[in-house]
Amino acid sequence: MSSWTARAREGMAKRLPMENLLPDRQPYYVGSWVYVFGVVTIAALVLTVLSGIILALAGPDWWHISAAGRFFNSVHFWSVQVFFVFMVLHLWGQYFMASWRGGRATTWMIGVVIFAISIAAAFTGYLSQQNFASQWIAVSAKDALNAAGLGAFFNVLNFGQMYGIHVVLLPVAIIVLVALHILWVRMKGVVQPIESPRPPTRSTSEEV
Amino acid sequence: MDTPAGYLHWGFILISIPNLLLIGLMVVLFALALVIPLPGEKEKP
Amino acid sequence: MQRKPATSQGSMPTIRTVPYDLLKEVAIAMVGCLVLVIVLAAALSSPDVPSVTIQSWAQADPVDFTTTAANELAGSTTSAGYGAPYNNADAGQTLGPIAPSKWAGVRQPVDGANDFVINPLTHASVGDSQLTTALTAFQAASDTQKTGWLTAYAKALGDAKVQDGKVTVASGDYGAVPVLMDRLLTVARSGGLDGLLLSSGHFYQTDFTKPLLFMADGSYLAGLADQQHLSGSQWGMMNETGQYPGQSWLWLYTVWYQIPPFNTAPNGDLLVIILMGVLTLGLLLVPFIPGLRDIPRLIPIYRLIWRRYYQEEARG
Repeated sequence: MSSWTARAREGMAKRLPMENLLPDRQPYYVGSWVYVFGVVTIAALVLTVLSGIILALAGPDWWHISAAGRFFNSVHFWSVQVFFVFMVLHLWGQYFMASWRGGRATTWMIGVVIFAISIAAAFTGYLSQQNFASQWIAVSAKDALNAAGLGAFFNVLNFGQMYGIHVVLLPVAIIVLVALHILWVRMKGVVQPIESPRPPTRSTSEEV
Repeated sequence: MDTPAGYLHWGFILISIPNLLLIGLMVVLFALALVIPLPGEKEKP
Repeated sequence: MQRKPATSQGSMPTIRTVPYDLLKEVAIAMVGCLVLVIVLAAALSSPDVPSVTIQSWAQADPVDFTTTAANELAGSTTSAGYGAPYNNADAGQTLGPIAPSKWAGVRQPVDGANDFVINPLTHASVGDSQLTTALTAFQAASDTQKTGWLTAYAKALGDAKVQDGKVTVASGDYGAVPVLMDRLLTVARSGGLDGLLLSSGHFYQTDFTKPLLFMADGSYLAGLADQQHLSGSQWGMMNETGQYPGQSWLWLYTVWYQIPPFNTAPNGDLLVIILMGVLTLGLLLVPFIPGLRDIPRLIPIYRLIWRRYYQEEARG
C-alpha cells in the first residue's frame, strides 16, 4: 500500500500548485473594480472576527459598561455592515459574470452557503447583544423558528445557547467555508469572459 | 444617533432612511465599479 | 485559439497575463477596510437601547402587567395557547400534512399559570400569611370557580385605576385573585420577579425563556417595538433602533409578511419559511437552472466589466 501522506501531498500539489495558490500574474481581462468586492468582503470578515475576539475576551456585558467596550462593539457592528454590503456587491458581480461557468458551480454554491450562514451568524449576534433589540428579535423570531420545527432545538430565548453558537460554531463554519471558497477560486482560476451569443442549444453554463 | 429614524412610506413599502441610503449607496458603488477604469488604464478611443 | 485560464493542470494554450500582487491587494483591502470601520465606529458608535425588565414593565404599565398575569392564570395568553415547543394547547402551524412544530414536540415546557404566577408567589409568600391564605384558597378552588373569578376580574380591569403604582378595580366577586395579583405586582415592581422567573430555583442560568415569554404575553414590549418600527407588519425585521442601518439583507424574508396571504394566514410563518427555503435552494442551484443562469447573458452587464477584453478581441 503506497503512502497516504505522499498521495495526499501529490494530489494537493496537482490540484493546486503553489503558482496557482499564490499567483503573481492574472489574465488580462481581470481588470475591473468589480473584482475588488470579494477581497473587501474578506477584509471586513477579518475585522469582524478580530473585534469579536476582543468582545468575547471581555465578556458579553463589557460593551454596555465601558466606553472602550462600546467602541469595539461599534467596530464589530460596522464591520458586519461593510461585510454584508460588499458580500452582496460581490454576489451581484459574480452573478452577472455568470462565474459558475467552466466547472465553477461548486465555488458558487459554497458562496451561497456562506451567505446563508452569515445571515444566521448575524442573527445570533443580534440575539447576543443583551439589550432591548435582542429581546424583541428573540420574541419575534421564535415564531418562525418554532413553525419550522427548529425552535424546539434552537431556543432563541436562550441567551447562553445563542451566544455559544454565535461566538464559536458559526465563525468556525464561516472561516472554513471562506477558506474553501478561496481555494476553489484559486484551483479553477478566474472565470473567462462570456463569449458572443451562441445558438440556443448551448447554454451559459456549458461554454468555456 | 439614538433618536428615531425617518421612514419612507411608498405604497406597501416602508423603509428606514438609513437602510434606504445604504441600499442606494450599494447601487451607486456597483454602477461606479462597472464604469470607472482601474488606475493605470487608459481608455482607448 | 482555445481560451482557458492559465493553470498548470490545463494543457491548453494560455491567455495573455499581466503582473498582479495578490498579497498587496489583500493588504490594501485590509487597511482600507480598517480605516473605514474605525471612522464609522468612532463617529457613529452603535445602537444600544437598554433592555426592558419585568420591573420596568410593572412600573410603567401596571394595568397591562396585571391583566397579563390574570390571563396567565386563566390560560388565555398567547403562550398558553401556543402549542409546541411550549405546550400541547395547539397543533401549531401546518401546511397540509406538513406539521414541523408538532413533529419537533414539546421540548421547552412552559406552564404560564404556574411558572409565571403561582410558583413565584409561593416563593414570595414566606412570612406573608395573607398571601399564603390566598394561594391556598385559589389552588383549592374548582376550575369553574377560578374561571368565574378570573373572568370577572379581567372585565373589571378594563376600568382599573392606578394609584401609587398599585392597581385597583371596582368591587366584585374575584375570590383570592386580587390578593395574588397585588402581591405579584409588588414583587415585580421590586425587581424580584425578574430574578425569580430567570433563576427558577437554579443559581446559574442563561435561559431567558420564562421572563421573555411572560413579557411577550403583555402589550408593553410590543408597544415599545412598534414605536421603533420593529414590528413584523412594519418591515421590522430589517430595522434597527435609532438612526442605524438594520439588517437590509433580510428584505426578501420580511417582504412576504407585508402582503397577503402571508400577513393574515394563521400558518404565515411556515409559509414564509418554506418559500424562503425554496428561493434559497434556487439561489444555490443557479448554475443548473435554465433561464436563471442565462440572465447574465441577456442583461449584458458583463460587457461593461470585460470591455477591455471585448475591445481587444474586436481589434483581433
